[in-house]
Amino acid sequence: MGQPVIDVRNLTLAYGSRVIQQDVSFTVGAGDIFVIMGGSGCGKSSLLKNLLGLVEPATGQIFYGDTEFVSADAMTRQQLRRGWGITYQSGGLISAMTLAENVALPLQQYTSYSDSDVADVVALKLALVGLDGYQSYLPAEISGGMRKRAALARAIALDPDILFFDEPSAGLDPISSRLLDDLIVQLKESTGATVVMVTHELASIFAIATNSIYLDARTRRMIDSGNPAWLREHSEHAVVRQFLGRAAASGSEA
Amino acid sequence: MNSEPTPPRAVVLRDSTPVSVQLEGDWRAAALPELAELPPLFAELDSLCIDGSKLAAWDSRLLATLLKLTRDAETNRCELVLESLPDSFDALMSLATAVPRYDSTAPPRASWFSPRRLKALLADVGDDLIDSLSFLGETLSAVARGLTPSSAMRTRDLAAACYRAGPDALGIIALTSTLVGMILAYLGAEQLRQFGAAIYVADLVAIGMLREMGALMTAVVMSGRTGAAYAAQLSSMQSNEEIDAISTLGMSPMEFLVAPRVIALCFTMPLLVVFADALGILGGGLVAGGMGVTPLQYMSQLQGALAPSHFFIGIVKAFVFALLIALAGCRAGMQAGRSSEGVGKATTEAVVTSVVYLIVADAAINILCQQLEI
Repeated sequence: MGQPVIDVRNLTLAYGSRVIQQDVSFTVGAGDIFVIMGGSGCGKSSLLKNLLGLVEPATGQIFYGDTEFVSADAMTRQQLRRGWGITYQSGGLISAMTLAENVALPLQQYTSYSDSDVADVVALKLALVGLDGYQSYLPAEISGGMRKRAALARAIALDPDILFFDEPSAGLDPISSRLLDDLIVQLKESTGATVVMVTHELASIFAIATNSIYLDARTRRMIDSGNPAWLREHSEHAVVRQFLGRAAASGSEA
Repeated sequence: MNSEPTPPRAVVLRDSTPVSVQLEGDWRAAALPELAELPPLFAELDSLCIDGSKLAAWDSRLLATLLKLTRDAETNRCELVLESLPDSFDALMSLATAVPRYDSTAPPRASWFSPRRLKALLADVGDDLIDSLSFLGETLSAVARGLTPSSAMRTRDLAAACYRAGPDALGIIALTSTLVGMILAYLGAEQLRQFGAAIYVADLVAIGMLREMGALMTAVVMSGRTGAAYAAQLSSMQSNEEIDAISTLGMSPMEFLVAPRVIALCFTMPLLVVFADALGILGGGLVAGGMGVTPLQYMSQLQGALAPSHFFIGIVKAFVFALLIALAGCRAGMQAGRSSEGVGKATTEAVVTSVVYLIVADAAINILCQQLEI
């Protein structure tokens, strides 16, 4: 598998004195589609926010390649972030800007492309998510599924090495959600990016995930990790098998 | 990768079959070659080959250019063959062309100033006026229904609204009205003293507070405090789909949400104005004391000035202002957009409209009183 892209060591997430998860450790390999699973309130989104540096962990370390992120200074963080594409749960498109302006934002921020190059790259990225021609629309003028795809176009604007998704298919119908999953896989395969995703959509998990961890809300720990299809059959934790839709609801917690 | 990056170049090889374009060098450079000579070729040729075998490095711009060329070639019925390009190019290209380009007429967005916009603006003002009146009508009927025993309005909501629009506001009203009383006294005392008539400060403050400033200042504070709060509450309920839920549950949102707020403010505002009047007169007295008017003189002078008509005009104003503030706040909230942006807009709109309403209404009432010689 080579050197992991992300290496999380003994991370403890807490808001003040309220501990959300303790001792979370995992690695994400290059080219993985890595899913963070768990029931509502288990700290999935918190973990993602820690990975992105939006919230600081209580203790622990996060390595991106060789660089430790938690103790890194603002410059180093900014450099790392340039290689990331992030889509937020509700899209995070800036509502006062058209789709073209939204997608152009990271290009203008991080590159010295000429205006016409920016426009061409924006057209390409929108075409990749099937939205070419919608450049002059505002986020409020397109549907929810299109907004998700537009957010994806902005996330891939800089050809990121790592793509982060927070609940990408939340609020989408099964068909749109399936199409979005396919799109993520295709983009990942053609760009070679690593994908880290928070979701509890089983369909997405089985369709695309290559590796996963399960955060348990009750014990506040990461209780299992591995390929989700394998975990569904073989996890030693009933709650994981149950989550993945296999075991009957029984009290036989291992 | 080469240690010395070679500049990007595109060489057209006209002799080869099919005609091909060889891309060379590092295509991540700041300035990329113009491929302006290619589009004319599409009209002449059946197929054109893009050869990437000598390509050293690239970024998204190359892919973007290729996508544009592919589209151009397509419209000219020329086939663009990509050769020796990285595998990911093919995949990304087929992904990018999977969905045909959406030929949109851009959604209409008028320029800042145009005759059409002006016309629309005037029409908007007209619509707004009609809309306000219909909202007023709906509100009054909701209030009337709200006062019947079988209504959807909950007395608990009404009590909570009264508390927030009444006792909760006493502190800030006390501060502002005392200061306004003092300001009035300062303003008058300086002038009156020149004529040896400093004692008439009492008349000035009393009449000024009772007829005008007590009601107006309370109303301005309440529109910023309560009117804006109504707009914010209702518009966030709108974006949470709470209002939809209320109406699908068979209740009237007007009766359930708007009526208690309107009734509460119309009930508490006159009371707040009485409170404001008293403190304003007290504040004026403090200033008058500083100018040599004894408390006893001030009090006895007040007796002549405190006519019931002044007091009741102030109370009538308070009631009218309360209705206007509540209407402006609730209307902005109920008609807010469904996004989080709508909350901010609604709050601003509530304060701006209610202050405009207040001043217009105040002027109208004053003119009316003048004509009726009250």
